[in-house]
Amino acid sequence: MSTDASSGNTTDDQTQQPVRRRVSTRALLVTGLVVALLVAGIASYYASSHPDGLEHVAGETGFLDTAEDSPTADSPFADYATKGVDDERLSVGIAGVLGTLVVLVLAGGLALALRRRGPTEQDTPDERASAAERA
Amino acid sequence: MHVPDGFLDAPTSVATGVVAAAAVGVALRRARTELDDRTAPMAGLVAAFVFAAQMINFPVGAGTSGHLLGGALAAVLVGPWTGLLCVSVVLVVQALFMADGGITALGTNVVLIGVVTALAGYVVFRALQAVLPRRLGTVAPTAAVAAFVSVPAAAAVFSLLFAIGGTAPVDAGKVLTAMLGWHVLIGIGEAVVTGLVVGAVVAVRPDLVRGARPLVAARELEIRTVAA
Repeated sequence: MSTDASSGNTTDDQTQQPVRRRVSTRALLVTGLVVALLVAGIASYYASSHPDGLEHVAGETGFLDTAEDSPTADSPFADYATKGVDDERLSVGIAGVLGTLVVLVLAGGLALALRRRGPTEQDTPDERASAAERA
Repeated sequence: MHVPDGFLDAPTSVATGVVAAAAVGVALRRARTELDDRTAPMAGLVAAFVFAAQMINFPVGAGTSGHLLGGALAAVLVGPWTGLLCVSVVLVVQALFMADGGITALGTNVVLIGVVTALAGYVVFRALQAVLPRRLGTVAPTAAVAAFVSVPAAAAVFSLLFAIGGTAPVDAGKVLTAMLGWHVLIGIGEAVVTGLVVGAVVAVRPDLVRGARPLVAARELEIRTVAA
């Protein structure tokens, strides 16, 4: 993949131009992912357990009873709790980390599949796949 | 804000499902113009971050909480169409694996949390950008205002859907008033998180922020020329 490795280059600039200290794309992505995993894996335990705005309004105005259980309510990660893990901290943390990674893979994969590839934009999907292999 | 199954009747859920599918269909085409080798991994990260951030309910008083919706944040960072796709992926994973938001309500949630916040948020962002000074420093505050507006906007659209297809005989005006009141407060949290995150990325890599791109194009060219 042609992420710009040179973008982290901050030292060997020969000119007088004041170059802003830049963070490489890779460093930014890794930092962002670590933050997301910490939020989902650790901070989530400390989230408020009060009903959210919609749920509160539904209760206040009297339509909360019309809510039905989701068909996926028996999922191993329903309500962000990992089935079979008793420790609450661990239970929500595992669900959060796995959910974050699943979203990363699905959304990242979709974005990679949709992205433009410079001049080969009009290539057929097969040609694009082989181009990706060569890269 | 995740709507469970049962709040809205079947015709309304089908209608929002059709609107959601159409919007995602358009986004799948339009996102191609927003995505390249550098921004595609950003889109994955933005979706992952929105999922993580949505787990953090913050209290807004009187036993009520709210969490980031993230549509405006995603739209400013990776573009409105890609942003809509990011939030849609989050909503699908939440509905299928976390039982957060209903299954028949998935279309409703994509409309409210995806389409309304990403697209309306981006329209507000662009409109403000058009009248504000063209400086990088304005990107994060502008994104914060757009994010703030996006939350009551989504709450208003829910109230409209409830007025049309709510299954309980509840006064729609009362629902609208209550929804707007709480979601203005939740919108403040949305604005703070969005402003901080956009500000952080703009500070280190403004070239990777879609909403900052018109402002960095000239400078990027200058740096690249020197580096080559």
